[in-house]
Formats: sequence, structure tokens, C-alpha cells
Amino acid sequence: MKAKIIITPKEAVVDPQGKTVQSALGHMGYQDVAAVHVGKYIEIELVPGTDKAAAEQALHAAAHKFLSNPIIEDYKLEIE
Amino acid sequence: MNFAVLQFPASNCDQDAIHAVRRLGHSARYVWHKETSLDDADCVIVPGGFSYGDYLRCGAIARFSPVMQAVKQFADNGGLVIGICNGFQVLTEAGLLPGALVRNRDLQFHCEHIFLKAVTPDSPFTSKIPTGKILRIPIAHGEGCYFADEETLAKLQANNQILWQYCDADGNLTETANPNGSLLNIAGVCNERRNVAGLMPHPERASEEILGSDDGKWIFESIISAVQAKQAAKAA
Repeated sequence: MKAKIIITPKEAVVDPQGKTVQSALGHMGYQDVAAVHVGKYIEIELVPGTDKAAAEQALHAAAHKFLSNPIIEDYKLEIE
Repeated sequence: MNFAVLQFPASNCDQDAIHAVRRLGHSARYVWHKETSLDDADCVIVPGGFSYGDYLRCGAIARFSPVMQAVKQFADNGGLVIGICNGFQVLTEAGLLPGALVRNRDLQFHCEHIFLKAVTPDSPFTSKIPTGKILRIPIAHGEGCYFADEETLAKLQANNQILWQYCDADGNLTETANPNGSLLNIAGVCNERRNVAGLMPHPERASEEILGSDDGKWIFESIISAVQAKQAAKAA
């Protein structure tokens, strides 16, 4: 079982990496790009047999407290 | 008075901080991040560097070090804590200071002298900075762009918690004087209680003339004066 956490900068936070990548995509000829946001992807491997609901609850807490900074970032958590 | 200077793996401004305050005639000692007590410290300096390799986010891992529990308790009891550069990032991640530091707007690491002005003398970190003095102090960071949501910024302004702002040589808060894109040109803030502060510039690297500027010493002199006043009041 794996937990997948995607962390992205909040809309209100200036994202210079996203803007730079967007500009580079423009130079490569991709003209239909409205915006780019650069974030992080964290994959957590869980011990086989882990209770999914309990893991989800614990990882939401970890994502909120540690893996993301809620002042500047949003996150999405999936367990599969 | 006694300064405690924290050391995390990859702190690298700890020796400079110790040197700066010893030079002003005060005692200072290192406190390793695994220690759980600050003993008789009167002020804690969280120094610059790249604690834990800046993994995940700057300061995100250092805040879980055992010593940070002691720092939190020390701050809760009214002790003075100052975070410099990475130390500022650690204190925001620990929730001891509002806001966050993100990538510089131009994605460049900036290592240069900048001009800085104290917004208010009303704090233990700015009280001795001569009125109207523009401080010339170096910065050295890639992630020093101060961010807080609008509500937090309004609160910072209402409570006079913005302590330092980037400015030009004449003290004007211009866009070009802002090296990293910080909101409101913010270089440093304090908490609501005014006993915890953080700033991105390095006062310890500008505390004696041989370094090209001794403007940074006013920040340490402010701290020393505040602690001495507190000790005198206690003894009276």
C-alpha cells in the first residue's frame, strides 16, 4: 500500500518556479499554457496490512503539521 | 549575560554569532540540537545555515529537534529568542513567528549587503538602534521572500510587529531595494508578545568595522540592554 501526497503552492503565493517553467514552455512553442505550478510529490510506502482508514487519518495529520506548510502550500493525499 | 547559540546539523553561522556577542563582552555557548535544556540562557540565538540540508522546506525538520521544545518553553516563559536567516525560517516553521519564507522572486541566491531600517524602537531587538539609522547588513539566502496572508499582514501592522524592512540608502521602501520579493519589504518580524524575533539579514556578519560594517551590533546591543533592564528590575 502506498500513500501519495502532492503538495502545491497556494494561489496567493508567488510561484517564481512555475512562472519560469511556463516561460520556458512558451519558448519551446507551447502556446496554450495558462499557468504552471511547481510543487512536490511524496510517496510513502506503508507496511502491508496497514489499516487504510487509520493510515489516512495519521497521514493527513502529518501532511498538515509537517509534510506541507499550510501557510504557503496545499496538499492532496491518496492511498492506494 | 549568557547567550545560547543553537547548533543543528549544517548550521554554519553559529561561530559568527558566538564571536559577535563575545566581542561585546558577554558569554555565549553552543547548544547542540539534541540537548533538552538551555540552562541559564538569557537569550537564544537560532543561527543561520542550512539545517538538515534544507530538506523538505527550510527549517521544517530542525523544528522537531529536541532543543526546540526547550526553546518553545523558554519563549513561553518570556525569554528572548532571535532567529537569523535559517534561524528565522526555523522559528516560522515552529510556529513561534507568523508567516513563512519562500523562494526569492528571481530564484537567485542573494549574497550581498543591503540596507535595512528598523520600523520601531519598541522591541527588545531594536530599542538601541539609533533613530533614523539605516543599517548596512549582508544577506545570504535563496529563500527569504517573506509571505503571510492578508489577515496576518494586517495584524502584524496593527500590532507593530514588523521590526525591519528592506530600504534604499536613504530609507525609502522601494521595490528595487527589496532583494527577494518580500511582502511589504519585510526583512524581520516579532511575535505578538515581542520576545521572539527573526530576520533574514545577518547582523553577526556586520558587527565590527573590519567586516565592512558594524551596524549589526545595534541589534545585539538592544537585546543586551533589554536583558540587563529585566535583571535590574528583578534585583530591585
